[in-house]
Amino acid sequence: MSKIIEGYYYCDSHEFVKVEGNMGYVGITDHAQHELGNVVYVDMPEVGDEVTAGEEFGAVESVKAASDLFSPVSGTVVEVNEALEDEPGLINKDAFANWIMKVELSDKSELEDLMDAAAYKAFIGE
Amino acid sequence: MNNTYYGTLIFELSKPGRKGYSLPKNELSDYSIAQLPENLLRQEAPALPEVDELTVVRHYTNMSNNNFGVDTGFYPLGSCTMKYNPKINEEMAAHPQFTALHPLQNVETVQGALSAYYQLQRSLSEIAGMAEFTLNPFAGAHGELTGLMVIRRYHESRGDAKRTKIIVPDSAHGTNPASAAVCGLDVVEVKSKPDGRVDVEDLKPLLDDTIAGMMMTNPNTLGLFENNIAEIAKLVHDCGGLMYYDGANLNPMLGKCRPGDIGFDVMHINLHKTFSTPHGGGGPGSGPIGVREGLEQFLPNPRVTCEFDEDGMVDYKIEMGEESLGCISGFLGNFGVMMRALAYIVTLGSDNLKWVGPLATLNANYIKESLKDCYELPIEGVCKHEFVFDGLKDKSTGVTTLDVAKRLLDYGYHAPTIYFPLLFHQALMIEPTESESKETLDGFIAVMRKIAQEAAENPELVKTAPHSTPVHRLDDTKAALKQIVTWNELCETKDL
Repeated sequence: MSKIIEGYYYCDSHEFVKVEGNMGYVGITDHAQHELGNVVYVDMPEVGDEVTAGEEFGAVESVKAASDLFSPVSGTVVEVNEALEDEPGLINKDAFANWIMKVELSDKSELEDLMDAAAYKAFIGE
Repeated sequence: MNNTYYGTLIFELSKPGRKGYSLPKNELSDYSIAQLPENLLRQEAPALPEVDELTVVRHYTNMSNNNFGVDTGFYPLGSCTMKYNPKINEEMAAHPQFTALHPLQNVETVQGALSAYYQLQRSLSEIAGMAEFTLNPFAGAHGELTGLMVIRRYHESRGDAKRTKIIVPDSAHGTNPASAAVCGLDVVEVKSKPDGRVDVEDLKPLLDDTIAGMMMTNPNTLGLFENNIAEIAKLVHDCGGLMYYDGANLNPMLGKCRPGDIGFDVMHINLHKTFSTPHGGGGPGSGPIGVREGLEQFLPNPRVTCEFDEDGMVDYKIEMGEESLGCISGFLGNFGVMMRALAYIVTLGSDNLKWVGPLATLNANYIKESLKDCYELPIEGVCKHEFVFDGLKDKSTGVTTLDVAKRLLDYGYHAPTIYFPLLFHQALMIEPTESESKETLDGFIAVMRKIAQEAAENPELVKTAPHSTPVHRLDDTKAALKQIVTWNELCETKDL
């Protein structure tokens, strides 16, 4: 059974966003890391990049597959999790704690289009 | 499968001063290394292994025994058509009148080789229902790129510069979007329906005057024939685009259906799949492309053509077309591979070639139907040359597709393709090909059933497989992150 955190927002491509004020921490869900298997590389955006909800912002490569990452929110990247460069496997240890990018949200109303914990739980069939 | 692993590197056998050659006296007395500019000269001798001939022979013979190939066992690798490579192919391609040629020889002196080359161009055109073929591309993906270049060239020749997008189904081989990107085209994905086939309704809104064409694999990567192909081809043609056929799955079509007859304009063939030339580490490959009438002039240079001279004799030529997209390979491509493919086609003849597709299809369906009570079949119905299971039917054991594939190695089989296509989480894709006997298929089915039973009764045994191979379960993560591919890197890790 995958971990799902209450209060976070989820999208159907298995990214999550944790919102603090005007900032969103974006990563992949525990369910996603479980499906991917051991992550060996994370292709992250650069600080200052603009990301758009529903569009690609990077990729994760695991021993099984390479998958594009889709941003659940729009905004400007203010920080990326550099620890993942040296140790991409951190995502497998704790996908929610090891977010990939921190985004300054440009449109908080987009959050309404995302799933809450209960809806995501139902979505992945758990 | 061979259980003893030979892991010695040739560098480890090296002894200073030992050698297995004697060079003849240098007859070019007026030539001196000192004439070369300083910056082109080596500062120190290359680090090469120093070994005698017998050591070299034993080293490589022992190493070859580590190998697994179609000649050693069943190799049901989906999407790869690992059919048997008949030995007569090798015999024909090894003929000195082919192997001793130089690509810059005068055309008059290579008429025989060009005749064989031309014959293959014509045979492939007939088999695929295309007007012309070029044999120049070196591999399947190289063929894809060349084919897309033909499509671009076609639009450019009509002054239509807006067409920068190519449609690719979500079930496509990864090479499709990759080739399109290399060709400078933007990829637009079209979704599959729950039955695994392209969703025509999802396709329609994508079609406008920016579409250069659509790439399709048919049967697709799930081994399913795209039943709506006529409608799809019409829609794409009506919007001004061209249809590209990815020939990776051409095998089941042989004798039953020609891409040129069902609306495709440009296509490639993997000779190393459908036409029984070696691949899977044993390459090299060859990815000829075919085009329908009206696109021939865009094919890459050089082209082999034929005409009759004044005396009524056939005259083969190597020509450079003016409207061609240019050269995409050195000379005429992988000639030796082509001679193997031609040998295969001529040996079988058109009557027997027609049995390839039906027998490959029968074999795949036989395995599918024999295993679908233990493995999850996500899409019911008749498949073509291959099919996809979504892992074991009983998911409660925690045994994954990876574990099943590893356990198969213990029983002496090559693993099927796993985790592709991406439409299912536990994809396990099996393609037996027409080469295999019923006894081989039955043996494989029995082992697959046994593994399903093991997964239920002793899951740990399957999860930790393989147990009887020279190397056991590998650390995939470490293999991806800490690759050691050269002798120098090994020396560093061993601190030698």
